[in-house]
Amino acid sequence: MHDTKVKQSDVVERHTLTVLVDNEAGVLARVVGLFSGRGYNIESLTVAEVDAMARTSRISIVTSGTPAVIEQIEAQLRRLVPVHKVTNWTSQKGGIEREMALIKVAGTGEKRVEALRMADAFRARPVDTTHTSFVFEITGAPSKIDSFIELMRPLGLVEVSRTGVAAISRGPEQM
Amino acid sequence: MDKDTTTIAETAAETMTGAQMVIRALKDQGVTHIFGYPGGAVLPIYDALFAAEGIIHVLVRHEQGAAHAAEGYARSTGKPGVVLVTSGPGATNAVTGLTDALMDSIPLVVLTGQVPTHLIGTDAFQECDTVGITRPCTKNNWLVKDVNDLSRVLHEAFQIATTGRPGPVVVDIPKDVQFQKGNYIGPGSVHHRTYRPRTDPDLNAITRAVEMMAAAKRPVFYTGGGIINSGPEASKLLRELVDLTGFPITSTLMGLGAFPASRPEWLGMLGMHGTYEANNAMHDCDLMICLGARFDDRCTGRISAFSPGSKKIHLDIDASQINKIVRADLPIVADATKALREMIRIWKSRKLKADKPALTAWWQQIDTWRAKNSLAFRNSDTIIKPQYAIDRLYELTRDRDVYVTTEVGQHQMWAAQRFKFEQPNRWMTSGGLGTMGYGLPAAVGVQMAHPDALVIDIGGEASVQMTMQEMSTAIQYDLPIKIFILNNEYMGMVRQWQELLHGGRYSHSYSEALPDFVKLAEAYGCVGLRATKPSELDAGIREMINVKKPVLFDVRVDPAENCFPMIPSGAAHNEMILAAIDDGPAITEAGKMLV
Repeated sequence: MHDTKVKQSDVVERHTLTVLVDNEAGVLARVVGLFSGRGYNIESLTVAEVDAMARTSRISIVTSGTPAVIEQIEAQLRRLVPVHKVTNWTSQKGGIEREMALIKVAGTGEKRVEALRMADAFRARPVDTTHTSFVFEITGAPSKIDSFIELMRPLGLVEVSRTGVAAISRGPEQM
Repeated sequence: MDKDTTTIAETAAETMTGAQMVIRALKDQGVTHIFGYPGGAVLPIYDALFAAEGIIHVLVRHEQGAAHAAEGYARSTGKPGVVLVTSGPGATNAVTGLTDALMDSIPLVVLTGQVPTHLIGTDAFQECDTVGITRPCTKNNWLVKDVNDLSRVLHEAFQIATTGRPGPVVVDIPKDVQFQKGNYIGPGSVHHRTYRPRTDPDLNAITRAVEMMAAAKRPVFYTGGGIINSGPEASKLLRELVDLTGFPITSTLMGLGAFPASRPEWLGMLGMHGTYEANNAMHDCDLMICLGARFDDRCTGRISAFSPGSKKIHLDIDASQINKIVRADLPIVADATKALREMIRIWKSRKLKADKPALTAWWQQIDTWRAKNSLAFRNSDTIIKPQYAIDRLYELTRDRDVYVTTEVGQHQMWAAQRFKFEQPNRWMTSGGLGTMGYGLPAAVGVQMAHPDALVIDIGGEASVQMTMQEMSTAIQYDLPIKIFILNNEYMGMVRQWQELLHGGRYSHSYSEALPDFVKLAEAYGCVGLRATKPSELDAGIREMINVKKPVLFDVRVDPAENCFPMIPSGAAHNEMILAAIDDGPAITEAGKMLV
């Protein structure tokens, strides 16, 4: 099947895209259906209305693919009728990406103390505490959250809830 | 301007029911014909239609037929095709036609009834998630829950269907919205919030394109359906550009007719069943000028061996087609008419000239490929060869005002290879989706638009059975369509692939029971004809043309004939099988995996 695709680089890259859309019924299904229908990956997805007056929503998608596939994803997204704008933060380099996660860790004794110490180092904040568990809230780049989860694994990691990435540009300009 | 402003601007506008708005919007959009089938959830619209003047409703026999008829209407006129169907099965039956129109960029506006808003989501009778089902097979779709949004949405639907890269749209209208009263606004006050198709070319890119053309040693124009969709002006400009440059030109299946087949620069269609000269020119060229085509897998053959030595200029109105399959050295995102006009203007103003000596050598090379006569076949005087049947049909109809539709399969490829089109909008075929059953209802739509023309559906006996209930429609509206069946008793293209790829094991491709097509035609009130010998063919074709009624002509052809030349799956443009006697390259295991 790859025989019929553009030959360029075969290296799969991870990209963060932001799609500004009209907040109308079915618009998320349109975006998500494009990914599933054309066989693209979604690693994370965040969506919320960002301007009630203008009725626009912002969808942030982390996806992966070869450079040619990423180029196609952007072009296909721009083709959707309710899409205002598509920005690729990974190729533009001017973006800030942040993600929030809630991480539940259960344990007692030395492991519990160690978990709290690690959380402090990562500026993760306990938002629920019992004698045998913590729920930490952590915000940061996805890689930072990945690292924190790996550190929690041997310390009694129970479950993880992640928001997916939100992204915005640096400086005064609008997307 | 957004919705709120437009509503205020037109508050003086009339109040009417949703159903009346539908009819009014169709009239304001200049619609004269709609293809449809009534049902519970569209009865208010049908009631409004009952009293309406100036709109002809064509009652089909199946909603798939409505969609294909609207496609035929659209493709032969350049206007949008309009469909009106009910909820549930009415909508799902139209899905094949929507997908077909999306693949071939045909402007359709499909209006579907929906159960009343308070019943949506309750599994009501004839309820289905129409916008969910049709989201991936439309350019855009809407469920209108507020009658005051209806006229705006309808006008947006027409704008989106017909501009940019055309395509089908669906407007789903619940029954209670059809009954409710609201404000109607006219098309002039509707401006979409986001939709701004780019149609003006970048003049720097056009300048670079013509410079590359002037420097080319072995150029070829590779044109597609985008030229047809851009309007007749694009075809005129294309001819002028070929006149100016003297370059050879080939086209996709969808682009046939944009350039006259009788002209010496015409190489014939390219691709899997294209001519030897067209495919070799594509392979060996040093400059490929792709105008409104999308490097479809039927056209390119094996991508890794696709035109290895050429620079590629790719003009398309849809930016997502650029670099999708083949990397473009010079992309131009624009409407074909505007881009061609600028190419011609800049070519002339800069007094550019093609490289004559190089072009002469290139034409000599092309002539050696042409000399292979790749469309040749061995005729017979005992059995009708399908190629011969197409040739005779062409010869005996060429002086008339002819429109051709097709079904899908061998007959479609023979028609594309052998029927010579001189003008755009004369050739209606299902290219991208390959929908068997397209041709007969499409012919109904074409004949509605062109009552005095000779409209021929070139079909196979398998395809035509998928939608042949539309013969009844042809009778109801006095549409003298001609259904020209190349009857080989097989699903011919399936049989051919089974012969070439699956050791001649003809698994379920033979129709052991076929209707008597002559009696079947007569049962519908059409005229049925049959030819079994070559000597009967001409008289049958003449009678078919002369009868002022729908005719089904059952032409019994050689059941074993294969369609050549052919690029086998997974092979390159310069690896064609020329004819049955030619072994050609073996089909690889990877090639067998492809469709």
